[in-house]
Amino acid sequence: MDSAGEVVNDGKITLEGFTVAARAFADKWKRHNLSFPPWSWVPLINRTMLKKEEGYLSLEKIIILSSLEGSAEEESLDVTADWSEKEESVDLTVLVQNVEDEAHYYDYHIVYSASYMVPMLYFRGYSSDGKPLSLDVIKRDLPSSSVSLLLESKWTFITQEEHPYLNRPWFKLHPCGTEEWIKLLSESSSSDGCQIPVELYLVSWFSVVGQVVGLKIPREMLI
Amino acid sequence: MAANEEAVKYVWEGAIPLQIHLHKSEVASHPAPPPALVLAPRIGYLPLLVSLIKPYFKDSLPPGEDSIWFDYKGVPLKWYIPTGVLFDLLCAEPERPWNLTIHFRGYPSNVLIPCEGEDSVKWNFVNSLKEAAYIINGNCKNVMNMSQSDQEDLWTSVMNGDLDAYTRLLPKLKMGNIEDKFSRKADLSSPKSRQGGTEIDVTEQVVKTARIPVRLYVRSVNKDFENLEDVPEIDTWDEISYLNRPVEFLREKGKCYFTLRDAIESLLPEYSGDRAQTSGEEEADGSQETRGEIKLVRIQGIELKLDIPFSWVVNNLMNPEFYLHISVLVIGPQR
Repeated sequence: MDSAGEVVNDGKITLEGFTVAARAFADKWKRHNLSFPPWSWVPLINRTMLKKEEGYLSLEKIIILSSLEGSAEEESLDVTADWSEKEESVDLTVLVQNVEDEAHYYDYHIVYSASYMVPMLYFRGYSSDGKPLSLDVIKRDLPSSSVSLLLESKWTFITQEEHPYLNRPWFKLHPCGTEEWIKLLSESSSSDGCQIPVELYLVSWFSVVGQVVGLKIPREMLI
Repeated sequence: MAANEEAVKYVWEGAIPLQIHLHKSEVASHPAPPPALVLAPRIGYLPLLVSLIKPYFKDSLPPGEDSIWFDYKGVPLKWYIPTGVLFDLLCAEPERPWNLTIHFRGYPSNVLIPCEGEDSVKWNFVNSLKEAAYIINGNCKNVMNMSQSDQEDLWTSVMNGDLDAYTRLLPKLKMGNIEDKFSRKADLSSPKSRQGGTEIDVTEQVVKTARIPVRLYVRSVNKDFENLEDVPEIDTWDEISYLNRPVEFLREKGKCYFTLRDAIESLLPEYSGDRAQTSGEEEADGSQETRGEIKLVRIQGIELKLDIPFSWVVNNLMNPEFYLHISVLVIGPQR
């Protein structure tokens, strides 16, 4: 057990641990995942001053080019992002080669769930005019393996819920089972069966969760 | 402190008188229909009232399909929040009857998650129940293991406000006990300690921390006020902070039990006692800053004194899905 007691031993993580893990995740992503813009940490300052730093991770305006003829590729989504490093904002331009292609924009937020003590992925899709995409349209952008899982259990996989902080409907990936596969990941990754160090918690988590929404992370991040 | 039968009965019987007006853009008849008067159960949800309300307005509606939603003074109401909580939170000065507007068209899907009638409300209830179970027991197995028909019956008992049926079904739910283990132990050991004048040794009590499902709704206003009717009207949900976070029973030396104040301060540390009292404290840069202040705490329509044992509050005032909904009105810190 590390000094701050950040990672609970059964695959869950504390709020303090999540903040540490989030920073580590964002750093590794920035270093190893150059085909994507970086994640930003959004602190929760809301209505009052909060002594303990709390917040969530945000990755926005990811473009998925989906051809109107068929569904997206399974292995790698045709994600195009041309961005320049700026302090405040990320500037994205897209090369739309085929005029029949429709650009879908996606925002992803990784938010801590105090109830389940695990991270949760919230996401939403919208077209270039800002209009939200329905789940049916989003499904066509997802890898087909995710789609079959969705079809099997309508209520327990991806659901539309209110974003915990933004008062808007977003889609959420359900946390059930998260701590089980984090436990499996930590057991298989180390010979002495030690738990995952907090700096790698979100990386491990995202290596599974990201695949559901078609976002892969390079192996270098897992070290 | 276990649940008191009478207190729970009061909670289940609590209701808000509503006066529901059809939105003027949807009045297609002349004269316009008068408002509908409905008594809404506090532990219920607005979409469940539609079958009672619709007959008043169906002849006045323009043609088209229904997509029903409610607003209070222009603020769209979140249908998955229990009616009593919406009332306690949005009406600083309780308005009776509570005037709401109903819409049958133009669902604001950019701000409200969709509602497909009773099914959506039931799904939301079961989901909250699972989350509460996870917090209390560490897993949702008790809910998952319940048979479909038992789950249905449980939901039906809530929908109908049938406390007897709900109470009969509770043992099938096998939800763990919510108990302040510290106060229980304090009760047992206090007679001796009082006699001998010795302090209760906190370090002996190594117990697993109990986690309590709580949903906290914080409304912050900028200026202090004398009367509740002086509190300004709410414009958007962005004025309200929502915290869906469990409270953990924590033991403090010298205290016999964990109070409601302790619970709220654990969720809102910026309003903790000593800080709230030191107003006008100098900041490092020389600027003055007054701390925030908790003005009002409402649960099930009751303005509670903050020194009440939290375990009593939880066991008697929680909603059927095992969540305690707390509405708080605060004066935000001033700079």
